[in-house]
Amino acid sequence: MKEEIRLMKGNEVVAEAAVRAGCDGFFGYPITPQTEIMETLMELKPWETTGMVVLQAESEVASINMLYGGASAGKRVMTSSSSPGVSLMCEGISYLAGAELPCVLVDVMRGGPGLGTIQPSQSDYFQVVKGGGHGDYKLIVLAPASVQEMYDFVELAFELAFKYRTPAVILSDGLIGQMMERVTLREAKPRLTESEIERLYGDWALTGRKNGRKRNIITSVRLDPIAQETFNHHLQEKYRLIEQNEVRFDTYMTDDCDYLMVAYGSSARICRKVVELARNEGIKAGLFRPVTLFPFPSKEIAAVASHCKGVLSVEMSAGQMVEDVRLAVGNDKPVLHYGRMGGAVHSPEEVFTALKEMLVNKN
Amino acid sequence: MGEMTQNNNEEKLVYAKPSLITDNTMHYCPGCSHGVIHKIVAEAIDELGMTENAVGISPVGCSVLAYDYIDIDWAEAAHGRAPALATAIKRLSPEKLVFTYQGDGDLAAIGTAETIHACNRGENITIIFVNNAIYGMTGGQMAPTTLLGMKTATCPEGRDSSLHGFPFKIADMLNHLPGVRYITRQSVHTPAAVRKAKKAILKAFTYSMENKGTSFVEIVATCNSGWKLSPVAANKWMEEHMFPEYPIGDIKDI
Repeated sequence: MKEEIRLMKGNEVVAEAAVRAGCDGFFGYPITPQTEIMETLMELKPWETTGMVVLQAESEVASINMLYGGASAGKRVMTSSSSPGVSLMCEGISYLAGAELPCVLVDVMRGGPGLGTIQPSQSDYFQVVKGGGHGDYKLIVLAPASVQEMYDFVELAFELAFKYRTPAVILSDGLIGQMMERVTLREAKPRLTESEIERLYGDWALTGRKNGRKRNIITSVRLDPIAQETFNHHLQEKYRLIEQNEVRFDTYMTDDCDYLMVAYGSSARICRKVVELARNEGIKAGLFRPVTLFPFPSKEIAAVASHCKGVLSVEMSAGQMVEDVRLAVGNDKPVLHYGRMGGAVHSPEEVFTALKEMLVNKN
Repeated sequence: MGEMTQNNNEEKLVYAKPSLITDNTMHYCPGCSHGVIHKIVAEAIDELGMTENAVGISPVGCSVLAYDYIDIDWAEAAHGRAPALATAIKRLSPEKLVFTYQGDGDLAAIGTAETIHACNRGENITIIFVNNAIYGMTGGQMAPTTLLGMKTATCPEGRDSSLHGFPFKIADMLNHLPGVRYITRQSVHTPAAVRKAKKAILKAFTYSMENKGTSFVEIVATCNSGWKLSPVAANKWMEEHMFPEYPIGDIKDI
């Protein structure tokens, strides 16, 4: 598969990206607004070309545990779902983190709580970035703001997941998933062969106890509390390393801004327009877009905020990421939240009005 | 089993610890069936020459640490999810012998959906189902397979169908699924029974490597600690009470 430029939906490009990134297996369950990912894979039939396995599981509980199995064997495996489905996966995600298994999960968020709506939302920041499952664990979380990033982050997520032996999440939403944009599909990379997997991951993966090596065991149970604590220290060291090395972000007109908006994903696209509306009225607004939500770009936000009069965190939620923005910026200037909820999407005009009423007119 | 013969004053070894059983001290209670079942699983893998190609999936429950005792690659699954793990491993590595080892709570309560759907897809795996009618690890609570009238920590007056439903004969239920090739119910309480159970496991593993569907080996077992009986009395109780509800023998072999 050569490089191509196409007009595609965010969800559809995830399927293309999986095949072209050398993914070994996709295990999923239908849920709006992300089902096109598995539908596109079933149309692409990669089992006939690259040998990639695509399987519709009986539930999200099963599909996340299929990832646990596939990742145990050193394979590049992924799944996708949307908010209620990710709730079901949280047990498995905790086990994946506890067993240090690399895999990729795409979460195309919709409005909640409960069955909620099928419209876009960003109300699962807490669930995905802060935990969701039990125990002290973190996930690498990438937040795409375009169809191209939906494509690019699949390969990046696999790279990071295997680099750190940890699950990586692409935290998207129904707007990015359903939107069509121009996208560059890159030349396909081949899947790893069995012998490559044995060479690269043979020290931990279930490749079969060959050539006299010791048996490999994938487990998250350590009954001795001191052994479990030692392992938890190891996990925390890994997360500190990720924080040092993997922070990614984007800025727009922040050099001279008086008012800083912090937003990711769909909200960042909307806030880019707000910056323009504000600048047209002589208000110096800027946008900081975290690309990684864990690791969170705290220092970088603090640096930009240091010359601002106030910060507005904009998310389609009741205010979740704003807590991390406050921790980054501190208490010496206002750090406020604005956002529509439950599947409603804020317009640039609504955000601009909020920016003026909550920050600009208060100064 | 354990029989020694002597020829011309030379001792001939006819029985030994299987090469795939590790030297780790087993955590199972004296009299527990798991030790014997582990032994015949280890022997079957060795005899089929699958040591370098076998992947076992251990459950949550008493056999959670099965990977400490059989010297092959293992994954330890979340409670009930072993068939989902096995599904992915076998589909991604079809040359492997992939089996799950699960108890009654893991397989027939919390993991019912994963069990039924792996079987319904006809995954080319072997499911070893140890049915001792009780939750052993958590201290003897009611299992889906607990007999009517049987007392446990969560049905201290005895299982009452109006409160708790009926003993779940999941092997019989799976019989209706065309994806399942082999279903058998065995036990390991006598030398003859052990030999039959091992034959069943050998057959199931062979079928799994032929990639023709799911094999399901139920082993009706004792939990003398949970049942509060001596090992000998537990075997007798199993024959008298468990076997009428869970009859020994092949249910399906096609």
